[in-house]
Amino acid sequence: MMTAFRDVARNPLALAGSVTVGLLVLVAVLAPLLAPYDPSAIDASLILTAPSEEHVFGTDELGRDVASRMIYGARISLSVGFVAVGISVIIGCIVGALAGYYGGWVDALAMRFTDIMLCFPTFFLILAVIAFLQPSIWNIMIVIGVTSWMGVARLVRAEFLSLKEREFVLAARSQGIGDGRIILRHILPNAMAPVYVSAILGVAGAVLLESGLSFLGLGVQPPTPSWGNILTAGKDNIEIAWWLSVFPGLAILLTVLAYNLLGEGIRDAFDPRLRVGRGAKS
Amino acid sequence: MSENLLEVRDLRKYFPLSAGLFSRRRGEVRAVDGVSFDLAEGETLGLVGESGCGKSTLGRAILRLIEPTAGKVTFQGEDVLSLDRRALRAKRRQMQIIFQDPYASLNPRMQVGDIVGEALTIHGIASGSERRERIVELLRIVGLAPEAYGRYAHEFSGGQRQRIGIARALAVIPKLIIADEPVSALDVSIQAQILNLLLDLQERFELTYLFISHDLRVVKNVSDRVAVMYLGKIVELAGRDALYKVPLHPYTQALLSAIPLPDPRRKKRRIILQGDVPSPINPPPGCAFHTRCAYAEARCREESPGLREILPGHFASCHFAPDVGRENAAS
Repeated sequence: MMTAFRDVARNPLALAGSVTVGLLVLVAVLAPLLAPYDPSAIDASLILTAPSEEHVFGTDELGRDVASRMIYGARISLSVGFVAVGISVIIGCIVGALAGYYGGWVDALAMRFTDIMLCFPTFFLILAVIAFLQPSIWNIMIVIGVTSWMGVARLVRAEFLSLKEREFVLAARSQGIGDGRIILRHILPNAMAPVYVSAILGVAGAVLLESGLSFLGLGVQPPTPSWGNILTAGKDNIEIAWWLSVFPGLAILLTVLAYNLLGEGIRDAFDPRLRVGRGAKS
Repeated sequence: MSENLLEVRDLRKYFPLSAGLFSRRRGEVRAVDGVSFDLAEGETLGLVGESGCGKSTLGRAILRLIEPTAGKVTFQGEDVLSLDRRALRAKRRQMQIIFQDPYASLNPRMQVGDIVGEALTIHGIASGSERRERIVELLRIVGLAPEAYGRYAHEFSGGQRQRIGIARALAVIPKLIIADEPVSALDVSIQAQILNLLLDLQERFELTYLFISHDLRVVKNVSDRVAVMYLGKIVELAGRDALYKVPLHPYTQALLSAIPLPDPRRKKRRIILQGDVPSPINPPPGCAFHTRCAYAEARCREESPGLREILPGHFASCHFAPDVGRENAAS
């Protein structure tokens, strides 16, 4: 584990990713302290003003400060990312663990269900579901989580398939330890490394999905600020107010890039083959 | 000899070979193919054979870590194979296993104290401070310091890890321990320590061992009786001294002749077996060993010799066992 951290720290891209992620989390947590203005304070005298010293990212069509809205928007994006991924990891672990551990028809059933879920284009599935539900932030989190667990399920299943034959698992079985305890205490903790990587990469995907939904008006609803719905306003005014599109767009780009770099850095750090290549001791 | 603790009758484990989209059964690997033996209380039965002959599968099938295909296993007069899940879990306290690889057999994410003591909690043997004392006592019995309690398995050497595995097996106060190549992964200098530990424990806790190994010298050191396996079958079963002095099966003879002697000037006749072990997917008809046997005749290709009692307490599955033995004694 420590070696993994050191490997991430040694990889400049992964380091940049983790620093950016850290800053984003800090910004989201400290939003009320960092935001220069109230994100929903409307000022009719400041409609669509260009970036200036008072309003570094300009103002929107209702005269609200874009920088403040984006700082609060970071909260939305990251919390949707984390909660949605949390849901998908939990579902994925349950499905993958049962399929991998019990095998046979349980495995066949669970994996065919996973395949079916993978057949749907996620974005359209989410659009269809949201069309029937209230597009609230909680619904967004749940829907993204429920439609993105398949990768985790496959990873966990694969880990379980190999781990359940390992001797320490046989030893636990030979001691009369029950299936539930073997799954939770003996196999799952040893199966989590690839899940962490997948979860971090998943946050990037969830942030992107949330932005896309909000952009289409089916995600986080105004006046709650989200990077996606700031972009929507930007689209309507793109010819006269470029800052409304550019800054949230860059924020989304940076966030997704940062999570991907961090995720890939951790994956490389966990991969023993790469580690041997660099001649470091595990 | 006291009452039999374990009786194994015609135990079989066939692994299905399936291929293709719809999992057609294409055949099966006969890993364990009709094995029978008894194990008396307090006894050590050595089980030897080449890699792939089914020794480990046999050990695991007895414990139902792998479900046997057919046969009967009676432990303390109870039919193990007909136990339901609950009863089996309870029964498993009495039958423990020690694994070959001390690196793979300990959970890398658990502390040693929990590895050793988990079963104490599960079976309600001890909890709280009593549990801790028991674990420390177990660690002491196998020769580890109490400080091992809060450490992780990767902080220990191979020999120490094997001691942890032994402490784990002892925790549930078992009657039978199946030792599946317990010293094969260890340095020779450590092997002797672990073997001595196992022998001490046997005396102290009245344990019965099924000792699986491919190392004939190790088996000779610890066993009361020895069984030799070839292609999923026991080909010879006898008291240790009888088997090592007068082997009655040509395969056993070949194995024994391959043991290196520590004295380089002593010459001995080596029996070099030709060819490889036949595939257990398609074992040869008749006697499974006839493809490599110097004594083989037409009869061996057709008729499978059962395990017969050739001398009192000395079983061999060879049509010519008495002659083989005589010739061997003469040479």
